[in-house]
Amino acid sequence: MTDLTKSGAAVGEPARTGAAPETFLEVRDLKVHFPTDDGLVKSVDGLSFQLEKGKTLGIVGESGSGKSVTSLAIMGLHRLGNRGKNVRMSGEIWLDGKELVAASPDEVRRLRGRDMAMIFQDPLSAMHPYYTVGNQIVEAYRVHNDVDKKTARKRAVELLDRVGIPEPDKRVDSYPHEFSGGMRQRAMIAMALVNNPELLIADEPTTALDVTVQAQILDLIRDLQKEFGSAVIIITHDLGVVAEIADDILVMYGGRCVERGPVDKIFYEPSHPYTWGLLGSMPRIDRAQTERLIPVKGQPPSLINVPSGCAFNPRCPYADVPKGGITRTERPELREVGSRHFTACHLSQEDRSRIWTEEIAPKL
Amino acid sequence: MSETETRAGTPAVTNDDEKPLLRVEGLVKHFPIKKGLLQRQVGAVKAVDGIDFEVRRGETLGVVGESGCGKSTMGRLITRLLEPSGGKIEFDGTDITHLNTGGMRPLRRDVQMIFQDPYGSLNPRHTIGTIVSAPFRLQGVEPEGGVKKEVQRLLELVGLSPEHFNRYPHEFSGGQRQRIGIARALALKPRMVVADEPVSALDVSIQAQVVNLMDDLQDELGLTYVIIAHDLSVVRHVSDRIAVMYLGKIVELADRNALYEAPMHPYTKALLSAVPIPDPKRRTAKSERILLKGDVPSPIAPPSGCRFHTRCWKATEICRTTEPPLIELRPGQRVACHHPENFADQAPQDTVLLTAAKEAAELVSEEVLAEAAATSEEAVEEATSEASSEETSSEGSASSDKPSSGESTDK
Amino acid sequence: MISYIIRRTIAAVILLLVVTAVTFGIFFILPKLAGQTADQLAQQYIGKNPTPEDIAAVKRNLGLDQPVYVQYWDFIKGIVSGATYDIGPTTVRCDAPCFGYSFKDHIEVWPQLTQRLPVTLSLALGAAVLWLVGGIAAGVISALKPGSFFDRSAMGVALAGVSLPMFFTGQLALLLFSYQLEIFGRTYVPFTENPSQWANTLFLPWCSLALLYSAIYARLTRSGMLETMNEDFIRTARAKGLRERKVVVRHGLRAALTPLVTVFGMDIGLLLGGAVITETVFSLHGIGEYAVQAITANDLPPILGVTLLAAFFVVFMNLVVDLLYATIDPRVRLS
Repeated sequence: MTDLTKSGAAVGEPARTGAAPETFLEVRDLKVHFPTDDGLVKSVDGLSFQLEKGKTLGIVGESGSGKSVTSLAIMGLHRLGNRGKNVRMSGEIWLDGKELVAASPDEVRRLRGRDMAMIFQDPLSAMHPYYTVGNQIVEAYRVHNDVDKKTARKRAVELLDRVGIPEPDKRVDSYPHEFSGGMRQRAMIAMALVNNPELLIADEPTTALDVTVQAQILDLIRDLQKEFGSAVIIITHDLGVVAEIADDILVMYGGRCVERGPVDKIFYEPSHPYTWGLLGSMPRIDRAQTERLIPVKGQPPSLINVPSGCAFNPRCPYADVPKGGITRTERPELREVGSRHFTACHLSQEDRSRIWTEEIAPKL
Repeated sequence: MSETETRAGTPAVTNDDEKPLLRVEGLVKHFPIKKGLLQRQVGAVKAVDGIDFEVRRGETLGVVGESGCGKSTMGRLITRLLEPSGGKIEFDGTDITHLNTGGMRPLRRDVQMIFQDPYGSLNPRHTIGTIVSAPFRLQGVEPEGGVKKEVQRLLELVGLSPEHFNRYPHEFSGGQRQRIGIARALALKPRMVVADEPVSALDVSIQAQVVNLMDDLQDELGLTYVIIAHDLSVVRHVSDRIAVMYLGKIVELADRNALYEAPMHPYTKALLSAVPIPDPKRRTAKSERILLKGDVPSPIAPPSGCRFHTRCWKATEICRTTEPPLIELRPGQRVACHHPENFADQAPQDTVLLTAAKEAAELVSEEVLAEAAATSEEAVEEATSEASSEETSSEGSASSDKPSSGESTDK
Repeated sequence: MISYIIRRTIAAVILLLVVTAVTFGIFFILPKLAGQTADQLAQQYIGKNPTPEDIAAVKRNLGLDQPVYVQYWDFIKGIVSGATYDIGPTTVRCDAPCFGYSFKDHIEVWPQLTQRLPVTLSLALGAAVLWLVGGIAAGVISALKPGSFFDRSAMGVALAGVSLPMFFTGQLALLLFSYQLEIFGRTYVPFTENPSQWANTLFLPWCSLALLYSAIYARLTRSGMLETMNEDFIRTARAKGLRERKVVVRHGLRAALTPLVTVFGMDIGLLLGGAVITETVFSLHGIGEYAVQAITANDLPPILGVTLLAAFFVVFMNLVVDLLYATIDPRVRLS
């Protein structure tokens, strides 16, 4: 294991350190730990993934799985504010050839909002209540562009128009509370896109919205991605949303990636028991399901005392299938189980396919 | 398309009494808006504006709708946490519309409520034992074998350990807290439980645990549920019958399968089509999706006639002038629409689309329109010619903020 | 917005009328309820050894033998259009606004108030500037580095500031810097006459008063900032790539300070009604000191006058706060 240092110094795995990757975004063995009075909270504990431009990665997980902290870490936001004072971070984040973990806070700040931007869950609380929507977009534009207010305002109106806000030249002077929920999220998107970022991170962008508005917003994000060709990370707990929009899916549990692969693989050939659990827990609107749901037993793990071995073992119905209690003693590493499809599970290939075809698939 | 079909294994009507457990007629709740120096009433938020339905013994009635449709207000009215402005609520043959606190006391044992926010609805300073035994104290009931024993039995019933008796709410996770809320609701052996977004603040895996628990308890205790939720997948899973609300009205009330497989109200259809389906193969079938234009109108001044006419792609003159009654078009499927889907047109003489409808039709894919054309050809003819299916997303947006499954909102 | 202002102003006027009525009631109805006769009441308004003529004059002038509402009406009329008091041989014309007449000192109340108001005003506003700057700065720095050495020492000083009584810190400062070191003067000089002398004399009272208030403001600012900096919109501001300083000042401070506006309005309102202890300690002839004198001498008209003036300032500042709020927070304008 690599030792953890305070934010600023990058300690990756020696073999790979320093080598800029080919891919647009690459995260290598990212760890984000927060010391608290109760102990060290290992929010993200060794996460790696890649993302190409023009593609969408869906990060799925439950509360406390580390999915939001991952996005904040990429943006460099986790180390700002009081909670970030003592954060310990290691690993590497490569964005378009630049490494962000070791970069100075000011370097990351200059990328933030320009090369990478973020949309948050609740657009009402994410916008400042005292400033007009236009004002907030103008501010975002002028941080990275040396233009006068008039030009910036024109840009704001242009973007509000692009995200589908009617009468943008009037609405630009409205305050956030004068917008409806869907309009506010559109305005948030406009704000995030004002500098044409190459990476867009959307943290539960539709969770706070009604279902008909959610459909509009997802459509908008998809269209804008086509238009701008940016890479998108969408973080959600809703498997329906990722099925709708993602190319790749990363399933997180207890601060680690348990399964990663193309969207079809995750939905039609999932290989991790936790993914099976998520799919079984989910009521389906597209099926006349008369069977009971198959929930995952127990509670999500504590991030301070993560279960030894596989973090999922206390809740896993198949924890005893691999011999010798290995699930409780050894942490499973990600292994390739198919083309671009990885899983972190001790189950052997045979056991896995047997359980999937015999026990899980028929019930889903 | 299947007709009515009740859920297998559910005690649909266990009681020998065939009368519904709860009957609601013309229920109205207006919240007055006061303004100016003298605080004159200048209008009212018509949260619930004349709804009729009944809840049968042993069934689960699901109530869905977007934020601001009045579903939560309706829940608070039938549990009499709010005083209705009009209409009638009958519980097991007794008129409870205007009962005072004292008169409601016996009813409080029969009707219980479960709330969305498992954080806000439990007093942090009380132990679990105190919280779950509160109903006994309030009602002055001494259960067999003593309060403590009964509370421990309840905790076991909802899947918690009886040793949790002396712990405090903050020691529990969201799912466990919701179990505590359920244990409290079940303490007095209620006959009807009204659950307002019972699982929307919970994680997916935990949500399934709670849904199953509620299911088991219904079988075991013969409970009747009214489940209010915005998640259409959850509602489909748990309900026998479903009421769809829009702007304070029920627009469709039908058996589960009929509603999901052959919705008749255009709003129901749009709502269902908007739900993202966890099946990547369906993504290519994007054309099935109906995007609604604009926002939900204000409940202070709802549109005339059919309230959905401002956003409906089928709306004609009659929709603007005449409010469609909620009538049973098919057995077990009541709809309030002049131009229902999957059924013969109720106002075939009226074929000229409103301007709003022409705009809305642009947002509705050709497939939907073609399907509609099969049932009422003339009415849609004009629309199809204008419909350009894809370029849709940027056209307006809708409705206000919504309590979500990811965050905890007290409501 | 305009209708909002009108509405708040009318509400303030009504509030003021209620306050005057209550004050009036305390002075004129309560004694009656306690069983005092009009004669006994009138006697209180005059110094020792009153003659029957004096009593009769007071009774007539204040309308003590008439129903209370008539007395109240006369009193309000006096404020609006002035009143005339005929006392035995002489007649006193008390011009509007007539806040009463001290039968003990044979002097009108209003000129006394206006004469003392600049002192109180100088004291309150000067101190306010000091405590706002000091308190908010300390609070912000503490909030940005909670648990740091600065935070702990600042909050320690703040605790001391709140706990130490003014007559202790004030006297001590006076003794040290004025009597011993003779840095600061002790005689109030109006600003218009000699600004530097004015500031010199007021410096100690300002500091003593500011110490007390900045302690409270530092704590309020600190907790407000801590809360605000955890808000989602701060995260959004950071996500734009703004410099941290700009995030703190433009986004954090503005939201965190809004609640302070309310407190500040109330504090200023109260202080303008007389900083009783400070004025007494530093022998400043302000409104507070006037009130103390009147109470000691059991002279009712000045007490009534000061009470009304204080009530006016509080109500007025409340109005100002409401209007400020509406300008700061656009959401208020709606409701």
